[in-house]
Amino acid sequence: MTPVREMPGTAGAAWTIARKDLMVELRTRVAFLAAAVFAVLAAAIFFYAWDPTAVSALDLAPGVLWVIFTFSGLLALNRSFGAELTDRAIDALLVAPISREAVFLGKALANLIFVLGVLVVTVPAVVLFYNVSMSWSAVAALAGVVVLAAVGLVSVGTLFSAMAVNTRLAELLLPTIALPFLVPVVTSAAQATVLVMGGRPGSGVWEWIKLLTAFDLVFVAACTLAYPFTIER
Amino acid sequence: MVEARGLTRRFGNRWALAGIDLSLEAGDCLAVFGPNGAGKTTLLRVLAGLLDPTGGSARVGGIALPGGAATRAQVGLISHHTMLYPALTVRENVEFSARLHGLAAPHAAAAEALARLRVLDRADALVRTLSRGLQQRVSIARAFVHAPRIVLLDEPYTGLDATGAAALTTALAELRGAGAALILVTHHLEEGLAIATRLAVMRDGRFVRAEQREGVDPAAYAAEYRELTAVAG
Repeated sequence: MTPVREMPGTAGAAWTIARKDLMVELRTRVAFLAAAVFAVLAAAIFFYAWDPTAVSALDLAPGVLWVIFTFSGLLALNRSFGAELTDRAIDALLVAPISREAVFLGKALANLIFVLGVLVVTVPAVVLFYNVSMSWSAVAALAGVVVLAAVGLVSVGTLFSAMAVNTRLAELLLPTIALPFLVPVVTSAAQATVLVMGGRPGSGVWEWIKLLTAFDLVFVAACTLAYPFTIER
Repeated sequence: MVEARGLTRRFGNRWALAGIDLSLEAGDCLAVFGPNGAGKTTLLRVLAGLLDPTGGSARVGGIALPGGAATRAQVGLISHHTMLYPALTVRENVEFSARLHGLAAPHAAAAEALARLRVLDRADALVRTLSRGLQQRVSIARAFVHAPRIVLLDEPYTGLDATGAAALTTALAELRGAGAALILVTHHLEEGLAIATRLAVMRDGRFVRAEQREGVDPAAYAAEYRELTAVAG
């Protein structure tokens, strides 16, 4: 008997894929634990290498935060398409009646939730290590910057993860090709964080947030459209 | 339901498909035999929409290749890779496939497919804890969950025990009875001769022999096949 069906739209298929990826991660927790431990260790190493008489905490903390964010995020993104290759599950995804864009958006959504989870560990670690005191409005502004930066990192990182996964040195290739594209995102986020942590939120922060939003729109659209071309046909 | 005229596919300088002609109606089962490297898997991947043909034309389910989601919705693909996620349970894997195909009741559809392959009692086991044969049965359930009209099978009996093989043969007969067309790629003549309505031997990207199954003497066919593949070796 032919089952009743209604082809899933792009959003529905993307959510199905994201949910599956998060279930896999919840079962294994390998990538999350690795990224979270890396983030805390990196924060500790930066802290013990810091000379507070030479550089103030407020000058150093934003840079530390976004260096850790970038590398822990890329560490996490490496596994995104790698998990699909174990038993060629990617073939079942590609033969399903869903758009290639839905595959990308599903992967990116799962990665976004994952990276934000790592940031929930990273941001408090940096704030505690560098004893940064922030008002609630500054915390809210920083949260906005973090989410916007994560969207930019994830869209670029997911695309390049798809491209690098079939190569022998995927772990090395991903940061090599992705980092140049992440410079505008990380720079904008770091500049906004300097203002937020320094207790100077205001129009300056909004300018960086607007720039981050513009980068996100361009990167999400461009990477979604580019993803189908990364699939070997 | 499946038609191909002069279908070709090239990888670099090598023609994996060098001009395939075939025509399958509802209820047909074509068994394709051939040595390693003959192009059998490439033929299935092109018909599944995973690879674009280099030349020629093909129609799958009435839609010209490269087709889109509407073509893929009609196809069920089984390969020697299980295409499963080891960290998910048997049920989660099959339900994931059901959701990607937009089935209205994915839970019930998954249970029905698992019961058909006689693996419902392991529905809550993680795939990574199953034997290779049981994983193959789950993989077949995943491919059959949406009642495909065109079933592409690449060595589907690999790893199956007698119970699994019998369940697969029954499921294939049911699909054919419901009007599906099957293409079965295998090295094992007995399996193909047992269920096929048409036979083909593939070598160097071409069908070097094609005929109706009816009236073929298995022993004579096996002898002639060995002669053909010995020439290839």
